[in-house]
Amino acid sequence: MKNQGVSGYIDWLSVIIYIALVIMGWFNIYSSSLSNIEGDTSIFDFSQTYGKQLLFILCTIPLVLSVLAMEAKFFEKFSTVIFIASLVSLAGLFLFGKTIAGQRCWYAIGNFTLQPSEFAKAATALALAKYLSDVQVNLKDVNRQIQALMIVGLPVLLILPQPDPGSALIYSIFFFVLFREGLPAWYIITGFLAIAIFILTLKYNNPFLVIAIATVILAFIYFRTRNAERNIIASLMILAAVTAFSFSVNYVFNNVFKQHHRDRFNILLGKEVNLKKEGYNTDQSEIAIGSGGWIGKGYLEGTQTKGGFVPEQHTDYIFTTVGEEWGFVGSFVVICLFVGLILRIIYLAERQKTKFSRIYGYSVAGILFIHFFVNIAMVVGVFPTIGVPLPFFSYGGSGLWGFSILLFIFLKLDANKINEW
Amino acid sequence: MRKVLLPTLVIASAVLLLVRIFYLQIIDDTNMVKSVNNAIKIKYDYPERGYVYDRNGKLLIANQPSYDIMVVPRDVKNIDTTEFCNLLDIDKDFFLKRMHKAKVYSPMLPSVFLPQLNKLEFAAFQEKIRKFPGFYIQKRALRDYQVDFGANIFGYITQVNENIIKKNHYYNSGDLIGMQGIEQSYEEVLRGQKGVKYLLRDKFNREIGPYKDGKFDTIAKQGKDITLTIDSELQKYGEELMVNKWGGIVAIEPKTGEILSLVSAPSYDPALLVGRQRSKNYNLINEDKIAKPMYDRGLLAEYPPGSPFKILTGLVALQEGVISDSTRFSCHHGFSYGRGRFMKCHCGGGSQQLHRAIYQSCNTFFSQSYMRTINKYKDPAKGVDVWASHLKSFGLGDFMGYDLPTGRRGNIPTSKTYKRVYPNGGWRSTTIVSNAIGQGEVLMTPIQLANFMATVANKGYYYTPHIIKKIKGDAINEKFRKKHITTIEPRYFNPIISGMADVYKQPSGTAAGLGVAGIEICGKTGTAENFAKINGKRVKLQDHSIFVAFAPRENPKIAIAVFVENGYWGKRWAGPIATLMIEKYLNKKITRFDFEKRMKEGSLKDQYAKLYPRKHQDSLSVISKKIRDSITREKRKTDSLNGKFKQPIRKENTIDTISNPTQ
Repeated sequence: MKNQGVSGYIDWLSVIIYIALVIMGWFNIYSSSLSNIEGDTSIFDFSQTYGKQLLFILCTIPLVLSVLAMEAKFFEKFSTVIFIASLVSLAGLFLFGKTIAGQRCWYAIGNFTLQPSEFAKAATALALAKYLSDVQVNLKDVNRQIQALMIVGLPVLLILPQPDPGSALIYSIFFFVLFREGLPAWYIITGFLAIAIFILTLKYNNPFLVIAIATVILAFIYFRTRNAERNIIASLMILAAVTAFSFSVNYVFNNVFKQHHRDRFNILLGKEVNLKKEGYNTDQSEIAIGSGGWIGKGYLEGTQTKGGFVPEQHTDYIFTTVGEEWGFVGSFVVICLFVGLILRIIYLAERQKTKFSRIYGYSVAGILFIHFFVNIAMVVGVFPTIGVPLPFFSYGGSGLWGFSILLFIFLKLDANKINEW
Repeated sequence: MRKVLLPTLVIASAVLLLVRIFYLQIIDDTNMVKSVNNAIKIKYDYPERGYVYDRNGKLLIANQPSYDIMVVPRDVKNIDTTEFCNLLDIDKDFFLKRMHKAKVYSPMLPSVFLPQLNKLEFAAFQEKIRKFPGFYIQKRALRDYQVDFGANIFGYITQVNENIIKKNHYYNSGDLIGMQGIEQSYEEVLRGQKGVKYLLRDKFNREIGPYKDGKFDTIAKQGKDITLTIDSELQKYGEELMVNKWGGIVAIEPKTGEILSLVSAPSYDPALLVGRQRSKNYNLINEDKIAKPMYDRGLLAEYPPGSPFKILTGLVALQEGVISDSTRFSCHHGFSYGRGRFMKCHCGGGSQQLHRAIYQSCNTFFSQSYMRTINKYKDPAKGVDVWASHLKSFGLGDFMGYDLPTGRRGNIPTSKTYKRVYPNGGWRSTTIVSNAIGQGEVLMTPIQLANFMATVANKGYYYTPHIIKKIKGDAINEKFRKKHITTIEPRYFNPIISGMADVYKQPSGTAAGLGVAGIEICGKTGTAENFAKINGKRVKLQDHSIFVAFAPRENPKIAIAVFVENGYWGKRWAGPIATLMIEKYLNKKITRFDFEKRMKEGSLKDQYAKLYPRKHQDSLSVISKKIRDSITREKRKTDSLNGKFKQPIRKENTIDTISNPTQ
């Protein structure tokens, strides 16, 4: 069958949500940048963030069109090459990168900077999809598990020392992709348990409490199972592991973490912090959102936004503008749009005929989800402060282009499924 | 299972975020307040407080500018600390301490570095201010008292406290409010209405424009000037006469109810409660819990009225028809009532008629009249209530409704009082006969005494006493124009008044020898027993000296009541003081220099010392010495200033003060 025009098969719902988010993002960036401006300026003023963002958005159009114009098979065939190129670009930062605010994450090209880690996510998703779609790969096999984790782990190893813990955190979502493709459940369970133990230990600052709880639960399970299935050794090992982890959390938190790391957790755990210093971001962010009420203060009327109280408002804290100027209604709409897009992508992914497309689509949904969740959770004060942008919303060319490419490769694959028969 | 994990997680996370956002935006309303606090700067325009004049147009209270040095710690750079400290006469430690305090409050927001500079200090600093970036001067207005008396009338200005802010939304932290005296009762008139400007500001506290285009802004309204009914010369003279005595003088113009003077002794210089020494001085004055300089004795002290009350007893008996001006009672240096009870009398004895009974202050006559009044009715309860209702028509036994913020009811007993004291009944006119001579349960404040004198002078009516004469651009309260008519017919006042005139004129009158040539004064002496609890024991103290009078007899211009605590008897202190006050007011000059000298120099300090437990006597003298020193210091300062700046400061523009709600 002849390759039909992509427009007939592309998932327009996703495209519309995408466009809506990008436009809303720009309007909020415009509002949040007004605090730095005196006098009248044109919206095409490229010295201002909103002007630059408009330029980025305009550049996205040819970028997206060229992704859609490419042969769908290209992405599968060249995934390894793309992945290696991406790793090289990350590694190259150590030699040629530009340091901004202590982070060596950018290549400087003239006035503009490019952040390769924003593109590495898509590359990793492609590489992982390529690897897992091989019929030989069975994730019950420990060797395969290790190889899959290496694909995910390599970019993380290059991103962490930049240091960019936010971008590195994103890669944890690939566990869910792997789980979807057959990774044993205990990886996920262990992960959640580790988080629970981590929080409990810090909250009560007492490893013994966690150990006591673990002992009670294990004893309960042990005595409730039938005699034949009881395994005293396994139970004791789990308990030992919990004990060791809990103590190490305590040790690492108090001796390895730096004060500003500890502060970020303390803020969330409701411990006393100085609102003028380490607690400032979260406090101002909550004030801005909280003062929005039901319908917000109105566009360009946000007093906190105008006063520039929220730091990094046009990038990581862009959601505060939504909260303050559009209120609960606006926040609700934005969250619904994100959830709609993510669920739509999962739905489309499950519908794919090839394993490659499905895994890639699943990765796209996961990556968008973890950005969305971590970013807003941080802004509303339920997640520690960490640099993760809100997809399509936050200011930044690399981010916008990275997410657009990520999404549209999948939409291309999805549109092409008609040819996969 | 593997397919649903991620979608479930997505939905659960979205719900979690929405719940959190709902909590922040809808349930938790503190963020709204915080947002206003940090993004909206409220700037107040404080209008200048109204001036206060006396009845003759003499300026009593004006305003003086005061200058606070403010600092924004972040902007302080490269200053010559030594020069700065020398200029302001502070030491380096103080400088560092203040800077530290300001930094702790906020490096970006202004704090008061040094409050209330005077004009000289300000001028010196202003000249060099450009050398000290980060410092600026904020102007405020303080009261500038043109006189050193009348503290009890004026009251004082203070910063509002938490309670006031909670009760009255007009005030914000740091605002000033009048307390006590006219500053309190005419607070709203004097203070005007502050203007409010809402400005948007950014995180550097820079103003970035009006909030909502100034929709909520209001314009400041100037405070109004007021004129008091006080005659400042008379007030000043009264305070001089009361030096080293405790008590009160209240003088009222009978025809209008205007308060001519309201003296409370001991008092203090009102200037003490202004400026940098304010809180220190306030504590010193307030610390004296026995002499109580802050306690307005003219309004608050409830004393047994003593003999002046006989006037009322006589009036009620006349009105009730139980006596006439020819009724005679014979006095045997007292009289016995009931079994074994005897009331002494110092009138000289013999057959007494109303006229002589007044000027000789005969106990027997008025006790008999009182008993007849009560016994006119079968039930003594009814008798007491009739008697009490006559007295209440004089405004006694209740708040008078005058325009000063403090007061007491005094006490006029009724049948209820006695039913409470004697639940089983059995009380008769003889039981309560001491009311007849102003002892017993009867209590009056000096202003009530003065008002009753005014009523007698008017032969049966009075106007509610008041201290406000004029409010610029406004009318005074209507109630001060309303005539209150007593239940005693005017004709019954004549025999009483003629008796009161003879208190001075008759050689055996109780105020014989006190008179002033050319003025016919009607007066009545009083001596009231009093008791105090000292170390838990009821001790009889020296009697209070009381005198009431009005003058001249025809067309009275002044009615006066004088109370001198522990002043032995009426003629000894209160009588001469009342006489001098009347002479001062009517003739504007004094002929009785003999009294004046004795009154001004006389002291009852030894009497009062008895009230202090031994160990406190030393501290008392320490306190008064401190107050004295403080006064002299303050005086010297103002004198030196007045030398330089002769004119009182006229009203200038409104004073800009930024009150920061986050403070």
